Amino acid sequence: MTTLSFANILVLSYNSLSYAAILFLLASGLSLIFGVMRIVNLAHAAFFLFAGYLALEFYNIIFGSLSLMPRIIQLVSWALLYFAWRGLTLYIAPKHAALALLLAYIVMEVLCSLIWSFRFFELFFPHVPVKPVDRINFPGMMAAIVVALTIAALCGMFIERFFLRLLGQDTLAQVLVTIGFAFILQDGSLYTWGGDNFMLKQPWPLNFSAVVGGLSLPQYRGFMIVIAVVVAAALFLGIERTRLGAIMRAAVDDPEMARGIGINTNVVQMSIFAIGALLAATGGVVGGAFFGVYPGLDFEILPYAFAVVIIGGLGSLGGAVLGSIVVGFIENFGTALFPELSYFALFAPMAIILAIKPTGLFGKG
Amino acid sequence: MLENLAEKRRVLIVLGVFVALGVITPFLDLFMQSLVTEILVFGILAMSLDLLLGFTGLASLGHAAYFGVASYTTAIIMTKEDWTWTFAAFQWADSLGLGLFYIFIFALIVATAFAAFFGFLAIRAVGVYFLMITLSLAMVIWGLAYRWSAVTEGDNGINVLGRPSLFGLSLESEMPFFYFTLAVFLICLGLMYMFVRSPFGKTLVGIREREERMQMLGYNIWLHKYLAFIIAGVFSGVAGVMWTLFNLFVSPPDIELITSAEALFMVALGGPATLIGPVIGSAIIRSLQQFISIYVERWPLILGAIYIITIMLGRLYGVEGILGLFSKFRKPAAPSETPEG
Repeated sequence: MTTLSFANILVLSYNSLSYAAILFLLASGLSLIFGVMRIVNLAHAAFFLFAGYLALEFYNIIFGSLSLMPRIIQLVSWALLYFAWRGLTLYIAPKHAALALLLAYIVMEVLCSLIWSFRFFELFFPHVPVKPVDRINFPGMMAAIVVALTIAALCGMFIERFFLRLLGQDTLAQVLVTIGFAFILQDGSLYTWGGDNFMLKQPWPLNFSAVVGGLSLPQYRGFMIVIAVVVAAALFLGIERTRLGAIMRAAVDDPEMARGIGINTNVVQMSIFAIGALLAATGGVVGGAFFGVYPGLDFEILPYAFAVVIIGGLGSLGGAVLGSIVVGFIENFGTALFPELSYFALFAPMAIILAIKPTGLFGKG
Repeated sequence: MLENLAEKRRVLIVLGVFVALGVITPFLDLFMQSLVTEILVFGILAMSLDLLLGFTGLASLGHAAYFGVASYTTAIIMTKEDWTWTFAAFQWADSLGLGLFYIFIFALIVATAFAAFFGFLAIRAVGVYFLMITLSLAMVIWGLAYRWSAVTEGDNGINVLGRPSLFGLSLESEMPFFYFTLAVFLICLGLMYMFVRSPFGKTLVGIREREERMQMLGYNIWLHKYLAFIIAGVFSGVAGVMWTLFNLFVSPPDIELITSAEALFMVALGGPATLIGPVIGSAIIRSLQQFISIYVERWPLILGAIYIITIMLGRLYGVEGILGLFSKFRKPAAPSETPEG
């Protein structure tokens, strides 16, 4: 065990807070989705990783030499598939349409590989060889964030609308379906972008360290804290102070009455899921310059998000703030003090809190 | 014991299938033989999870933890030469032809200890909290396997050279090891079958169905769940030992979240609370993996798609696993004679 000087403690606290900021972005979405829909979304961390890769590719398109063409082809293919589905289901039953599309896919796959020696599959999932980009600026980063967030939110809405909504309140089925999506997102990312470990670059004004009283504090970590504080404030005000937030809370507390007074709870649930995915994606893009982006990151960070919501309690924003700060401090100080035991250091307080209050500090059960 | 005629017939069918398996397997090629062995190993894992998920109603997403602990313990005691006393003890036991017993006893004690500790942390949690905490604890085991490289060799994994013999019988080639696996599998199946039919097992089903009522009747809910958790962990440990002996190699990807999720899916696919259903799930998943891996290398992608499609279809048509499918066709419209209550 090493002893820490006062300066070390200050720097570690700063690091812990910035780590907590990313954890908050990740865990608040998880908590929000659970609080409203009673769904544990195991694909949540996959959105985190996926958004990191999206940002990476966006940087490559703006600042590198990557072309947008594969993505346009991909979008057109998916759109054609969608319209084919809509067209077919007008005339024949959905299961026959699915069978027909599957057969058509197999035929096209064989044709493509025989005649053009080309995988038909790659129209839908193209390989995009990205590489680390040296040059990045602040507007570019913001644009990347917006694009990654939009795509991640759309994915979230898609999963909610076409899969989770049909399952009802069956926890096991929800878990297996969301973990299925986690595998698909993870392995799809591995297929598309390869298995290298990428570090997103930090844009210009943020890639320096501020020197305060002899301590060198990286500015990017400060930026992460600012983003998390802004998001937390926006979430809090949005849920507690706006009409939209009131509608949301009404849909949570009593869905039947909410429907009775004309609230479309389906739309509410879909937007909640989109917001959750969006929060995870924010964490992924901002944290990509901190954790890096690599396959397996999602399942590595998922236990941390769980620790946050277990400590703070699912479905509570204040709990997510508190939980992420606790986990951030334990993780950083634990790693500094007992490097081999940091995993255990994280889960010990979790166990104690569960022993005292099984639904977390602010949990709703 | 088997007072029910239908139950007796079912047991006979299952036994007949496994006898047939034991007769047929020697005539299959090497690939199929090892596939069958692998199915049996994962069948033990899936059945042990069924004790928790199907019979007790606890959805654990970290069942690979005990599997991983046992498989790593096995690999470590067989290869770690600088831990003189464990290695010497293993050598001594092996020279007597009791190496396998030594491995099983040692690994199962470690797995039991971990299950007892983790169960102590997890059982208090309810519903999704239980799911999350088991997942997190399993990730701790994964983190140990991955980071504690002084013992676990980290990312490289541990290579085991050869299997110990059983009373001087060599298990090195495929067939003897298959029969050994089949024997272990049948012992586990028998023990678990006796377990779920025992009063203790019936109590667990009662807890799954109506926890408050069982509490009112004076049962100690916590203790029952805790013991069920430990017993499931022990059987999962048996699967872990068999996995190391089968594969002769263990590395962190063997015990990550995908294994826990696969076990959960095997149970859901085969039919929870049936014991034999999870084995069918294991057979389907493992065969699919082996055959699909020949053609494409994207197994997790396909696995994810299989999860989603099967679960969605099952829920949309209201079927509980493959065995549920059978009973649905068998009894098309069983009129309920007594009202629910």
